Amino acid sequence: MRILILSLLIAAPAIAAPKPAVPHPGAEVYQNVCQACHMANAMGAVGAGRITALARNPNLQYPEYPISVVTGGKGAMPWFRGQLTDQEIADVIDYVRGNFGNRYNKGPGGKVTAAMVAESGVAAPTRGER
Amino acid sequence: MIGGSLALYQAMEVLGHAKETQFAGPPKLSGAPAGASVLVLGAGLAGMLAAFELRKAGYKVQILEYNNRPGGRNWSLYGGDTYTELGGETQKVGFAPGNYLNPGPWRIPYHHRTLLHYCKAFGVALEPFIQLNHQALVHNSKAFGGKPMPYRDLSADFEGNVAELLGKAIDNRGLDSQFSAEDQDKLKEALRTWGLLDKDMRYVKGNRSSRRRGFERPSGGGVDGSPIPSDPLPFKDVLDSGVWAVISQHMSIDHQTTMFQPVGGMGMIGKAFGKQVEGLVTFNAKVTKISQAGGAVTATYTDTATGAVKEAKADYCVCTIPLGILSQIELDASGGMLAAIAAVPYSNSVKVGLEMKTRFWEEENAIYGGISFTDRPISMISYPSGGMHSDGPGVILGAYTFGAASYKFAGMSPDERVRTVLEMGSVFHPGRYKEQFTAGASVAWSRVPYTLGCCAQWNEETREEHYQTLVAVDDRIVLAGEHASYIGCWMEGALLSSLDAVTRLHKRALEA
Ligand SMILES: Cc1cc2nc3c(=O)[nH]c(=O)nc-3n(C[C@H](O)[C@H](O)[C@H](O)COP(=O)(O)OP(=O)(O)OC[C@H]3O[C@@H](n4cnc5c(N)ncnc54)[C@H](O)[C@@H]3O)c2cc1C
Repeated sequence: MRILILSLLIAAPAIAAPKPAVPHPGAEVYQNVCQACHMANAMGAVGAGRITALARNPNLQYPEYPISVVTGGKGAMPWFRGQLTDQEIADVIDYVRGNFGNRYNKGPGGKVTAAMVAESGVAAPTRGER
Repeated sequence: MIGGSLALYQAMEVLGHAKETQFAGPPKLSGAPAGASVLVLGAGLAGMLAAFELRKAGYKVQILEYNNRPGGRNWSLYGGDTYTELGGETQKVGFAPGNYLNPGPWRIPYHHRTLLHYCKAFGVALEPFIQLNHQALVHNSKAFGGKPMPYRDLSADFEGNVAELLGKAIDNRGLDSQFSAEDQDKLKEALRTWGLLDKDMRYVKGNRSSRRRGFERPSGGGVDGSPIPSDPLPFKDVLDSGVWAVISQHMSIDHQTTMFQPVGGMGMIGKAFGKQVEGLVTFNAKVTKISQAGGAVTATYTDTATGAVKEAKADYCVCTIPLGILSQIELDASGGMLAAIAAVPYSNSVKVGLEMKTRFWEEENAIYGGISFTDRPISMISYPSGGMHSDGPGVILGAYTFGAASYKFAGMSPDERVRTVLEMGSVFHPGRYKEQFTAGASVAWSRVPYTLGCCAQWNEETREEHYQTLVAVDDRIVLAGEHASYIGCWMEGALLSSLDAVTRLHKRALEA
C-alpha cells in the first residue's frame, strides 16, 4: 500500500495524471484492523468456523447493526470500543457500507458519523481484563 | 524414610511452598456405568486428557477432531510442513530439518504441575526455556537515541539508582514516621547490598557496580589482566528505556525461573497425548451440530476429506471446541449456556519465525536463549532455548504481537509479515539479521482455521454473569478447555478445566 502511494506520487508530475482521489479515511482502519479476519477482499473465510463476509452483506443496510457489532463485539470478534475512536469506527463502517459490492452509504442511514456511533454504540466493559 | 519425606512435605506446606497449583494428582475415576459412552469434541490437550481419564474410568470414548493431527493449539511448525491459513494463503516452511516455530504455546512455568505431571507420565522430554537473559537487549525508540542496550546494564543501573534514591530519602528523614532508627539502618544496609552502593550510599562507577553491569575491560590473565570498571548510564535514560516493565515481566509468577519447553518443539506434547488416545480420534471431522434429544448426545459432522456428513452418538459429551466456533454451531443446550458461549470474545496474536544461517547472537553477542524487548510492533524477539551452542541454522522468534499490532500483522500476507518483521527486528542485530535470514514462517491467530483467535478473553463482568453457567454440566454435555478456566491462555488451564469437567460428568453419570 505504502509502495503504491509512493509510486503514484512520483509518477504524478511526470505524466501529469489527475490527482489521485483522497482515500476514504475508513480504508486505513479496514487494512489495519478488519482485514486481519474479514480479509482484504472482505470475503471472510470458512474453516472449523466461519468469518462473515462483509462483501455484498445485506446486514449492512442499516448502520445500527454494524455499529453494535463493532462497538460491542460478536462471538469470537472482540469489541473495538476503546481501541478505536468513535470517529474511526464511523469511518470504517461507512467505508465498508460503500465498498466491496455494498452500496448502502447512499441509502437509508446515509453517511455513518461519530455522533451515530456515540448514540447507538455499545459501551466498552468497564472492568476489562487484558 | 517415608516418614522423613512426609515430614519434609508437611514442613514445606506450612511454609507455603507446595501449594502453587490446584492440581492434587490425577483423578482416580472408576466404575463407569456398564456400556456408558462419551463423545469428546476436539483433540486439543483438554479433549485428549478428558478422553484418557474417562477411558481409564471405563467409558467407551470417541473423539471428533477438525484437524488431521492431535494437539490443537499445542503445535509446532517444522521445516517441510505446510500450513494454510483462513483466506487461503499457504506457507511451506523452509526451515532446516528439525528446526521449528512454536506458533502458540512456547513456555511452561515450573508451577504448572498438571502439565508437568502428564508430560512425565506420557514421556515428553523437557528442557529449560530461557525467559530471563541478562545479555539480551532492550530497545526503546525514545531512549539512548534508539540504540538497544543490554538488559544487564539497564537493570543494574535501575536498581542501583533506586537504592541510592531510597537511601537519600532515609537521610532526608523522609521515612522517620514509618521506621525506627534501627530499622532504617537495616534498610540502608539492605539497599547498599542490593543496589551495589558504595560506602557513602552512592551508585557510582567502580568494581562494585561493574560486578553486576559488566566491566569496560573485563578481567583477564597476565599483563593486562586487571579489569576496568564501566560507567553507569544516566538514570533518566534508564527510566526512558522502560526496563522496569521488562524486570516486572520476568518477576511475574508466570515467567519466573524455572521455565520449560519440550525438546524438539511444543508440538511434542500434543503428539504424546495423541499416542495415549490413539485409535479413539476421528480426524478431519468438522462438527456442525450437537443435539441432546432422546437421552443421548448426537454430533453431526462433515468428513472434510470426502464431504460426507456423518453422525456420532454417545451417552455424554465433553466439548472442548473454542467458544468462537462453538457459538456458530447449532447446540442443544440451555439459554444460559448459549448466552455464555456467545459472550466471550477471542484475543489475537501473531508469531513469526525467522531461520538464520548461523547462531550469530550466540557466537558474536553471547546471547544464549532469552528475549530482547522493543517498543516496535513486533514487541520482542526470542532466541532459541534448544540446541544452544551448536553450529548451523537456528530459528529466532521474530515477533510475538499483542493488541493493535496483532491485527495489523494478521492483515498482511505471510511474505509481507516476514519482510516487516525482519526490518523491525534488525534494530537488534544490524548487519546480521536481514543478511543471515534464510526462511520465515508466520501464524496469525485470527486466521487460524480451527480457533478463529488466540484465547478466550474474559473480563470481570462476563466472569460474573456467565462463567459458572459455562462450566456447569448442561444435561449430558460439559464444556472444557482453556476458556473454561481461570488460567486462560495457558495449557495448564485447559488441563485443569478438563480434569474438573470429567470428574463432574462422571459423578453425573453415576447419579443417572
Ligand atoms: C499465541 C499463543 C501463545 C500461547 N502461549 C502459551 C504458553 O507459552 N504456555 C502455555 O501453557 N499456553 C500458551 N498458550 C495457550 C495454550 O495454547 C492453550 O491454553 C491450550 O493449548 C488450549 O487447549 P484446549 O484443548 O483448550 O484448546 P485447543 O487446543 O484449541 O483444542 C480445541 C480443539 O478443537 C478442535 N475444533 C475446533 N472446532 C472444531 C469443530 N467444529 N469440530 C471438531 N473439532 C473442532 C480444534 O481443531 C482443536 O484441536 C498460548 C496460546 C496462543 C494462541
